[in-house]
Amino acid sequence: MSVPMLQAEGVHKRFGDNEVLKGITLRVEPKEVMCLLGPSGSGKSTFLRCINHLEAIDGGRLSVDGELVGYRQHGDKIYELRESEVAKKRAEIGMVFQRFNLFPHMTAAGNVMEAPVHVKGIDRKAARAEAERLLTRVGLADKIDAYPAQLSGGQQQRVAIARALAMEPKLMLFDEPTSALDPELVGEVLEVMRRLAESGMTMVVVTHEIGFAREVGDTAVFMDGGVVVESGPPKEVFANPKHARTRAFLSKVL
Amino acid sequence: MSPAETAAPERPEEIRAVPVRHPGRWVAAAIIIVIAVALARSVATNPRFQWGVVGDYLFAAPVEEGVVKTLELTFLAMVIGIVLGILLALMRLSANPLVSWASWGYIWLFRGTPVLVQILFWYNVAAVYPKITLGLPFLHANANDLITPFMAGLLALGLNEGAYMSEIVRAGIISVDEGQNEAAQALGMSRLQTMRRVVLPQAMRVIVPPTGNETISMLKTSSLVSVITVPELLFSVQQVYSRTYQTIPLLIVASIWYLALTSVLSVGQYYLERRFGRGSSRNLPETPLQKLRRVVLTTRRQPAVADASEERR
Repeated sequence: MSVPMLQAEGVHKRFGDNEVLKGITLRVEPKEVMCLLGPSGSGKSTFLRCINHLEAIDGGRLSVDGELVGYRQHGDKIYELRESEVAKKRAEIGMVFQRFNLFPHMTAAGNVMEAPVHVKGIDRKAARAEAERLLTRVGLADKIDAYPAQLSGGQQQRVAIARALAMEPKLMLFDEPTSALDPELVGEVLEVMRRLAESGMTMVVVTHEIGFAREVGDTAVFMDGGVVVESGPPKEVFANPKHARTRAFLSKVL
Repeated sequence: MSPAETAAPERPEEIRAVPVRHPGRWVAAAIIIVIAVALARSVATNPRFQWGVVGDYLFAAPVEEGVVKTLELTFLAMVIGIVLGILLALMRLSANPLVSWASWGYIWLFRGTPVLVQILFWYNVAAVYPKITLGLPFLHANANDLITPFMAGLLALGLNEGAYMSEIVRAGIISVDEGQNEAAQALGMSRLQTMRRVVLPQAMRVIVPPTGNETISMLKTSSLVSVITVPELLFSVQQVYSRTYQTIPLLIVASIWYLALTSVLSVGQYYLERRFGRGSSRNLPETPLQKLRRVVLTTRRQPAVADASEERR
C-alpha cells in the first residue's frame, strides 16, 4: 500500500477544559479529495488547522506524506520541531481560509509571489511570470495588478487559491472557502476547486456545499462533537446516512 | 456611477424654497473678525514687538545654526525612538515573560519621569559613572568626554521617545488581523518574515499618524535641552538676547522657525499616511493638489454637479 498523504490516528485537541477533537482517525490517499462536513463546533476546522500545525495536537498521531506533523520521532522519543522546520513543512501544504486573508497591502500578483520569492528564494521575474500564469488559470488575467480591496469576494478567494498553489503544495487544505461569499459568487470558486481536483491535487475541504462534496469529493466525512460519525463515498453517505445524527444534519442542509 | 445613469426621465420638479436664515452665524463671524483685526493691529503697531529686530535675526547665522541643530536632534532622537520602540514593542509581545516584563519596566521608568529630569540626569551621568568601559581592556572612555551636552540631550530625548513609540508600535501590531499571521505562517514564512513583510507594513497605517505627532512634538520638546547648553534653536536665540536684551523679538524669531518646521512636517506626514494607506481602500484619497484641480473643474460645471447631489438625497 502506498504512503497516505494524510493519516490521523486518534487525534485529540483541547482548548483549556474544552475537548474539541476526541480521537479523529482517518486517511487521505494521494490525489484524493476528502470533504469534511458537520455542524459548526464539530471540530472540523480545528482538525484542518492541526494538519499544518497552526494548532498543535494534544494526543494521537498525525502525519502528512509519511512524516509526523510538528514532531519528529527518534526511537521511542518524540521531539518537538523547531519553528523553522515547522515552517518548511507548512510551505508544502497549501491553505485557503474562510475569510481569504489576502495581504491587503500587496497586489494580486504580489500576494501570489510573496512566498515563492521570500520562502523559496525564487527570482522575482520568474515568480512574477508564474503568478501571472496562476492568476490566469483561476480566471483573473485582468486583475493581476489589482489590490484585494478592489476585488469581489469570489475574486479574492481565487487569488488566495492561486497564492497557495504558487508554493506547489502536495496537499491543499480548504477551510470553508465559500462560506463568506455571496451566493452568486460561490460558483466561480467551486469551479476553480473542481478543476484543481481534476488536475490530481490532494485536497481536504471543510465545506457546507453538499453539491460540491457529492460531485467532486472521493470521500465525505461527517463530524460531530469532535468525533467522526460517519464516512464513505459521498453518494452513499448522502443517500443512505447510517446514523441518525447525519440524517438530521443532512435534512437541514439539503 | 455617473449622474446620467441615475437620472430617471420622470424626475419631479426641483424644490425652490426660501432658505432658513442663520443670524447667529453672522453675529459670531462679526465678533471673530473684530477680535482678529484688533489683535493684528495691536501686534503690528506695538513698537515693543520690535518687528525690525525680528527681521534682522530671522536668518542670522547663529539662528540658522540653531535650526540645523534642532533638526539634527529631532531626526536622530526620532530614529533612536522608533528603532527602540519597535524593539520594545516586539519584546512586550514576546512569549517569554521576562522579556515582556523588561520592556514593561523600561516603559514604566522612562514614561514615568519628566523628560527634563532625564535630560539633567544624562548630563550629570559622569557623577555616577566617571569611566565608561565595555568590559575590554583599553576600551574605556571618560564619561565627560563621551557624554557631551549634545549626546546627553540626544540620549535623553531618544530613550524617552522609545518608551512612547513602543506603545504606538504595539497598538499598530495588535491592530493587524490574526488571519494575516495565519496566512503568512501557512505559506511557510518565518516569524521574522511574517513580521517584516506582512504585519509591520499593515501596522504602519496605525503607526504613522501618531508617529508624525511624536515627531512634531519632539521638534518642540528638543528645546528643553537648552538647559544643558546644547546650541539648538532656543539656546541660540537665548544667547543672542542675553547679550542684546531683545528678548521678545528673539523669542518671536524662534517661534516663527518652530511654526515653519512643524508646518513642513505636517505636510510630510500627510503624504506618508497616503503612502501607507495603500490597499486599505478602493481609491487613494486625493492630494490637496488633486482636490484643488477637481474643485476648480467642478465649479465650472456647477449645474451638473448640483443636480447629482440633489438626487443622492
